[in-house]
Amino acid sequence: MIGCQALERDEEIELARQLIDGEPAAFDRFVEHFRAKIFHYSWMMCRNREDAEEVAQEALLKVFEHFDQLREPGRVRSWVFRIAKNACLTKRRRSVFAPPREHSFDEFLPSMGHDGGRLKLQIADWSRLPDGPMLQAEMRDAVEQAIGELPDGHRSVLLLRGVEELSTEETAQTLDLPVDVVKTRLHRARLAVRKKLDEFLRTEVLAVKE
Amino acid sequence: MEPHVHTKKCQEVLSRLSDYLNVDLPPDACAEIDAHLAGCPPCVEFAESLQKTVEICRRYRPAELPAPIGQEAREQLLEAYRRMLDARRTRGA
Ligand SMILES: [Zn+2]
Repeated sequence: MIGCQALERDEEIELARQLIDGEPAAFDRFVEHFRAKIFHYSWMMCRNREDAEEVAQEALLKVFEHFDQLREPGRVRSWVFRIAKNACLTKRRRSVFAPPREHSFDEFLPSMGHDGGRLKLQIADWSRLPDGPMLQAEMRDAVEQAIGELPDGHRSVLLLRGVEELSTEETAQTLDLPVDVVKTRLHRARLAVRKKLDEFLRTEVLAVKE
Repeated sequence: MEPHVHTKKCQEVLSRLSDYLNVDLPPDACAEIDAHLAGCPPCVEFAESLQKTVEICRRYRPAELPAPIGQEAREQLLEAYRRMLDARRTRGA
């Protein structure tokens, strides 16, 4: 990222602690860090730049208005994302919690034959992942497309649990979902992304090699 | 790679792989999957590709970045923060 060094989790906790203690010196770094995070989340949820920037501002406004409600600085990331999720929902009107289209596992597992309940497995060669900058950018686009195609409820779980690295419990609390639902959606979302990358590796990597 | 014919057991293992990779399974379920993987290279290969997917997702950041925050927006946030501190002080520390 340009001009914006991503903070480690313990650094952001320290910034939150300072802000709770009323030390405004931490303000700008906190804003820069979480503004980028909220922007990314809401941009992936609504795919609209203007909306994502508005969500970031509205969410941060709520964060600072209610900073005294954050009792434990260690929870700052999930606390901020909970506010961001709500700001995102308000912006989109359409609920993330509208019954999502549930993917079945089978959709993303290796292709199936009809040989008496037996299945066929055929996957790309993952031992040689792209290492050149161009292919890495293409792979990033493939990941982005795969995440973008997930149903809302799966996408929010993957972004929080799989990208932002909230724990399963934090993700469940942030999204008001049971832990089991978070686990199921996470797995389905990962399978969907894996399938997309598998297709990418079969076509793009081979095409470049030739 | 040759298409590999695999079984219902494979399907069952693959459906629990995320919990397995997250070390989120009870020990006996984990041991059961270990035992299957020990004798099923294609499932191992699939598990490795899923593990790589997990790592790729973790490293993923959108190309899209927010524009730098405007002066007015920054002031609005700083103002909210100060109001919160004032209100807290007024409530009596
Ligand atoms: Zn197997």
